[in-house]
Amino acid sequence: MFRMFGATLLLAMREIRRHLLRSFLTTLGIVIGVAAVVTMVTLGNGVTASVQNQISSLGSNVLIVLPTRGSGSQVAWRPFKEADVTAVSEQIAGVEYVAGSVSKNVNAYHNGQVWQTSVRGADMAFLLAQSMQVERGRGFTSAEESAGKDVCIIGQKVEQQIFVAGIEPMGETMRLANVPCTVVGVMKERGTSGGGQDEDNQVIMPLKTVQRRFTGNNDLQYFVVKYASGYSGTAVQDALVQLLRQRRLLQAGEGNNFNIIDTAQVNQAVSAATGALTAMVAAIAAISLAVGGIGIMNIMLVSVTERTREIGIRLAIGALAREVRMQFLTEAVVLCCFGGLTGLVLAFALSFGLSKAIDVPFMFSPMVNVLSFLFSALMGIAFGYYPARRASRLDPIEALRHE
Amino acid sequence: MTPPAPPLIELEGITKVFGTGDAAFQALRGVDMQIESGDFVAVMGPSGSGKSTTMNILGCLDTPTSGVFRFRGMEVQALDRDQRSLLRRRYLGFVFQGFNLLARTSALENVELPLLYRGEKKSVRRAAAMKALDQVGLAPWADHTPAELSGGQQQRVAIARALVTEPDVLLADEPTGNLDTERSAEIMHLLQELNRGGITILMVTHEAEMAAFAHNIIHFRDGLVERIETGKDA
Ligand SMILES: Nc1ncnc2c1ncn2[C@@H]1O[C@H](COP(=O)(O)OP(=O)(O)O)[C@@H](O)[C@H]1O
Ligand SMILES: [Mg+2]
Repeated sequence: MFRMFGATLLLAMREIRRHLLRSFLTTLGIVIGVAAVVTMVTLGNGVTASVQNQISSLGSNVLIVLPTRGSGSQVAWRPFKEADVTAVSEQIAGVEYVAGSVSKNVNAYHNGQVWQTSVRGADMAFLLAQSMQVERGRGFTSAEESAGKDVCIIGQKVEQQIFVAGIEPMGETMRLANVPCTVVGVMKERGTSGGGQDEDNQVIMPLKTVQRRFTGNNDLQYFVVKYASGYSGTAVQDALVQLLRQRRLLQAGEGNNFNIIDTAQVNQAVSAATGALTAMVAAIAAISLAVGGIGIMNIMLVSVTERTREIGIRLAIGALAREVRMQFLTEAVVLCCFGGLTGLVLAFALSFGLSKAIDVPFMFSPMVNVLSFLFSALMGIAFGYYPARRASRLDPIEALRHE
Repeated sequence: MTPPAPPLIELEGITKVFGTGDAAFQALRGVDMQIESGDFVAVMGPSGSGKSTTMNILGCLDTPTSGVFRFRGMEVQALDRDQRSLLRRRYLGFVFQGFNLLARTSALENVELPLLYRGEKKSVRRAAAMKALDQVGLAPWADHTPAELSGGQQQRVAIARALVTEPDVLLADEPTGNLDTERSAEIMHLLQELNRGGITILMVTHEAEMAAFAHNIIHFRDGLVERIETGKDA
């Protein structure tokens, strides 16, 4: 049985080599189908990973709370106050800490140079919740935060623009608008945030300092709520909505004039979106593969007709119907496997190149590759079966008479 | 004395109808014959008299419409397709007028083919195929393809292929039909030699000179055995 299989395999290879161009053209549908699926899935995984990377940079177990205009109602826009932050941290179960932030566009001056940037008022708790890290120098001390000292941590772009390359900026004094401040640290590079803001082009000062010297009030642009990992995001969110509605004097029936973003939910939404995309690609690929399969079936039928006499000879010298069927089935499967393999090589090159081009990680998935390959082999069986059965059912005497 | 063994091949009232209804054609109308082990039989008769149809039935390539076909005393007329294939690959060798070798395949591989279907391993196949090619005098041509061989050589490869399984019976339907007189005589000498080695041979031919090599001659006419000429004995 095994011996027979080896010989059948060799025979199939030889037959395919004999019609190399025809075999290649026949498998093109499968090549393209497999290449499309594997490339899209690989790229999709890369995009998902890249997006999730960005989202996780927002921090996990973190809710972001922003004031908004109440949807379609007369509810006024209202900023959050320090008191809101205190209330949230004191009254909601599971909250580890709450930290607010404000920001303002300003010019930064140093060493006779000027650079457009923004100043962000934020304490270390805020930076922690947002996974923002100090790369060099140090963060703010709690004394600096509570006293509202004129200290700052600068983004990398600010450092490049107005500080001397190669010399550590720590201890230097720079000016933001007309406020002088001492550089104590440099932020780790972060790239552009989900909101489109360049997070490397900003100067961070303690919240109190910015409120006092730049915005002139104790309003908060938004705040983040970090909750303990044992608590569910939705439970904390519900409590938060209730508390904020009450504090913002909203009547029943009035919409929320604030918005809560749950990073976990964003994550889910992105997965759902990529999932839908993947499903669509899979559908397109399925059509392409079906077309490819019909191509295989067609060429196998041609092959059976061309080789009628050969089949007759094999049957006449004692081949069983199932042995002839196996021979043609093997040929179809080998053909499809070659197509699948070519598709995989193509997909590797394509997805490698494209992921570099759109700047997402190259996520080679052995699973997807193996499954696609197995699927193309399965196509060989599905579409090779009918021609193979036809070959095996030929009448030996008539097949021998065939010219 | 032991009871006489049954004849190797026995046909009783074999009929064969091709087609159905108005298009039905009775090619065989009750053929009877007995072939003993070791016989060398020639089958003659006009074209269309049913010689090939009979050979195909004997070769288990076809089944009779009615009648009894015993091989070594066993009734085989009702065997299914796979069983007939198994019988064929074990006991029967078939040689055709048109040689019917696989193109673009070496003589050696052609001869090996029946052994492949028998599941022999490569070394066994090689050795047996070389031996068979040697028997027909073609060992030096083992790696030539049919296109590189003359008609006579091709037919000898086909005979080697039929011999390689060491069958009981060699069935040959006009084996010299495509060959000139000289090549035909070579083939006949080969068959005669093989018959002396013990193999039973049944051969269809048009030519009396070829039939003269056989012990017995069966004459066909209109789907019936017309007469049997019993000639010299071995
Ligand atoms: N498959 C077939 N279908 C219909 N008629 C057939 C078939 N095979 C043979 N015949 C007819 O049966 C008769 C006997 O054919 P055959 O045995 O080949 O004769 P021959 O003695 O020349 O070998 C012929 O008339 C032929 O036309
Ligand atoms: Mg004939």
